[in-house]
Amino acid sequence: MLNAPVIIAVSLLYLALLFAVAWWGDRRADQGRSIISSPTIYALSMAVYCTTWTFYGSVGRAAVSGVGFLPVYLGPTLVMALGWFLLLKMIRTAKANRITSIADFISSRYGKSHLLGGLVTVIAVVGIVPYIAWQLKAVSSSISLLLSYPEIVMPQRSTTLPVSADISFYIALILAAFTILFGTRHLDATERHEGMVAAIALESGVKLLAFLAVGLFVTYGFYDGFADIFERVAADDKLRQLTTAIPSGQGYTGWFSLALLSGMAVLFLPRQFQIAVVENVNEIHLKRAAWLFPLYLLLINIFVLPIALGGLLHFAGQGVDADTFVLTLPMAQRQEGLALLVFIGGLSAATSMVIVETIALSTMVCNDLVMPILLHIRGLALGESKDLSRLLLGIRRGAILVILLLGYLYFRLAGEAYALVSIGLISFSAVAQFAPVMIGGMYWRGGTRGGALAGLSAGFLVWGFTLLLPSFAKSGWLSDDFLTLGLWGVELLRPQQLFGLSGLDEISHCLFWSFFANIGAYVVVSLLRPPTAIEASQATLFVDALKHTRPVGAALWRGRAEVADLLSLVGRFLGPQRAESAFAAYARRRGSVAGEALEADAELVHFAESLLAGAIGSASARVMVASVAKEEPLSLSEVMNILDESSQLRRYSRELERKSGELEAATRELKAANVRLQELDHVKDDIMSSVTHELRTPLTSIRAFAELLNDDPMMPLVDRKRFFALMLFECERLTRLINQTLDLAKIESGNAEWLGSEVDLKLIIEQSLAATSQLFHEKGARIELDLPTEIPLIKADPDRLIQVLLNLLSNAVKFLPSQTGCVRLTLRVDAEGVEVSVADNGPGIRPEDQQIIFERFRQVGDSMTDKPAGTGLGLPISRRIVEHFGGRLWVESVLGEGATFYFFLPFVQAEVSLETAPA
Amino acid sequence: MHRRILTGERLVAVFLCGCVLFNYPVLSLFDRGGPFLGIPLVYAYVFSAWAGLIAVMAWVIERHVD
Repeated sequence: MLNAPVIIAVSLLYLALLFAVAWWGDRRADQGRSIISSPTIYALSMAVYCTTWTFYGSVGRAAVSGVGFLPVYLGPTLVMALGWFLLLKMIRTAKANRITSIADFISSRYGKSHLLGGLVTVIAVVGIVPYIAWQLKAVSSSISLLLSYPEIVMPQRSTTLPVSADISFYIALILAAFTILFGTRHLDATERHEGMVAAIALESGVKLLAFLAVGLFVTYGFYDGFADIFERVAADDKLRQLTTAIPSGQGYTGWFSLALLSGMAVLFLPRQFQIAVVENVNEIHLKRAAWLFPLYLLLINIFVLPIALGGLLHFAGQGVDADTFVLTLPMAQRQEGLALLVFIGGLSAATSMVIVETIALSTMVCNDLVMPILLHIRGLALGESKDLSRLLLGIRRGAILVILLLGYLYFRLAGEAYALVSIGLISFSAVAQFAPVMIGGMYWRGGTRGGALAGLSAGFLVWGFTLLLPSFAKSGWLSDDFLTLGLWGVELLRPQQLFGLSGLDEISHCLFWSFFANIGAYVVVSLLRPPTAIEASQATLFVDALKHTRPVGAALWRGRAEVADLLSLVGRFLGPQRAESAFAAYARRRGSVAGEALEADAELVHFAESLLAGAIGSASARVMVASVAKEEPLSLSEVMNILDESSQLRRYSRELERKSGELEAATRELKAANVRLQELDHVKDDIMSSVTHELRTPLTSIRAFAELLNDDPMMPLVDRKRFFALMLFECERLTRLINQTLDLAKIESGNAEWLGSEVDLKLIIEQSLAATSQLFHEKGARIELDLPTEIPLIKADPDRLIQVLLNLLSNAVKFLPSQTGCVRLTLRVDAEGVEVSVADNGPGIRPEDQQIIFERFRQVGDSMTDKPAGTGLGLPISRRIVEHFGGRLWVESVLGEGATFYFFLPFVQAEVSLETAPA
Repeated sequence: MHRRILTGERLVAVFLCGCVLFNYPVLSLFDRGGPFLGIPLVYAYVFSAWAGLIAVMAWVIERHVD
């Protein structure tokens, strides 16, 4: 089963499947129904971190250093806990500024510098190409291993073969074609490749599955579980060391360095940046991925040590490379299907790494290396040609091919050399040089372009000297003298004991010295001079990326431009149609109708620049926009002013928020007041109509009697007298009504005059009784008094109090039955005040009428049949008087058993004004 | 907003805790001695601490609802 045609067919079928998934993913993305919009897919695609260096290499490392391979995965686990801040900030910044690669990120942060972007690209390419070579080597050795089945023959150095017969060469070509198809189908302004991400996620699933399958097979099929393997190992002195201790060669420092290094690599490797930042669909996904990705790393590592130990036990003395145990163990057991699955898993690990890494590198090479050079060569006049989008795509495709061929070339040259075997960590160390300028750039405003250039170059040089060159020397490409005697024979300059520093493993040694140089140069050079205007403005955009009120780029541009120029400029790089639809979408967002003239303001210029930045990088975009727009450069102090302005704006907006809150509250109050006013208006209308109505009644009867008297001069004297008496009565009623209406109006408007003096209530009661005694007498009613002997003085207006009492007493009399009537006047004193009650034994008041009687002109009884016995103002006036003195007036009554009116006056008056008293 | 800040601080705590657990000197405590349930102590320790750390991260993150 494991022969060449089957292997090739399975590989090609698998690649075809990947391509189908990618095609489907792109199609769905175009339709707006993304298939990768899920935190699980995002976490799986992050697992592009695990390359063949993990898939095959972890076992190899474990066979030498026991648990020493683990920091490479512990570091990323810890960093993902910080991903909440770090990655979120990177994602926000990248999205806001249309940043498409780590080179662009760094260049954009330090003032959109071409030089810096180029330097980052060079470091990335130098650091990563050997890593790509490792993937090619892994795939080609796994193929040749499978081809030797059922024998297990370690693959020979392929350098002996001509290139045309070397399978690795074809693998490189196929991968290049595959990557070109995946990554550069069209030019996207955001450089996102949904289809590719879907395929990468699938590949991550496959490699995990394959590794777990072989792990389970070795641990439980081949041996009897973990304990069995470890027991056998314990019997072997040499192997036992692998399981008991951190190996002496590495030590805790090495362990720590490895974790630190891989923690930085998981953030700053170009492929990780591409997947985690550029391809991120929704930053919400970061949350779950922050623990799913570490979980993936844990799972893929559980069986590493058992496989390594199992392989060492099984192949003891047979010269089988530990790097191949994952594949050779199933082969040795004649598990053809499992071996094929493992091969596909390894192929997944290799292809996913190569695809994402070369896409990321090609973007960097195109935007930060080739385009700036082309734009600088005036002879090419790139600024004037019509459509550059094809050129851009061409450059990227070319870059992909060149990078893969470089990888192949390195693989041919290095072969089995040390330089290839240890490349994983060498590569990580190169990428770690980005960490100071990245993290510094995101959290420190003071970093400048000069500082970043100095830091990166210093770190890169030290890395090359302490790690890369020694690896060449160990591969036999350079003389060993350099290692043992030092550069130019100076002992202090021995690359792996620089300045005499010894006792560290080479990775820790390199990490220490390169970071010493890198961070030192970055900080010192940055502090030499203050940031320029553009450095300061970009620093603010990056450092404040997570703030809610971050300044927008448009605020930092000033100048003049033409819409047509901008449109044609963007069209040249993105294609005219894409440019036009992008501008139309922008116009719609701004609220103007498409086709209507857009204003070429700072925001449009910023929009055009960010569109271009997505396609050609921020530094080139800035140069290109500057070529069509007349920018008036801002000085540092102006930038600071704007930034200050924006902080001022933030203050203002907070102030505004507060004010608008207050306004809302005021509006609510006003509304309530308005409602009350309208009610009062109604009340006023009611009063007007009742007053006129009430006035008309006595007037009508007076007039009727007058007419009678006028019409009949012969009327007998008795009648005449009676009529005059009636007229007089009605006139009195009219006068009383007018007086009371005026009185009430005065009280309600607050214009009434109040006397305030110490009042003896006993006196008041006596006076009131005297004034009403005639009424009582006429009705044949009795009056009973219940007064305490001591009545304290109370502060009130005596005349007004008499008015209240007279009102209550005359009211009571009115409703008394004749001859049997009885009114009882009671006075009670308590701690708070005085309560006076006037009880009668009249007909009583219905419960529903007990409130009505306190309203103006409302008298109880059938208005159609009963003649009104009063003005209907007495009780309302009395209630207002009592309330004026802080007391209250109310009635209690049971129908048929009489009514009792109470009023209560406090000793201490609360501040009650009539305006706020309920109407 | 308050919850969000709290979650962030918890994750930083997880990070710091992990830094301590996976480095000298804590690591050296498990770097010797006999096997635990047939599994070498350092191997068992690293993996269980690792799994615990991931579980805590998952708990902290998934609790956070906004």
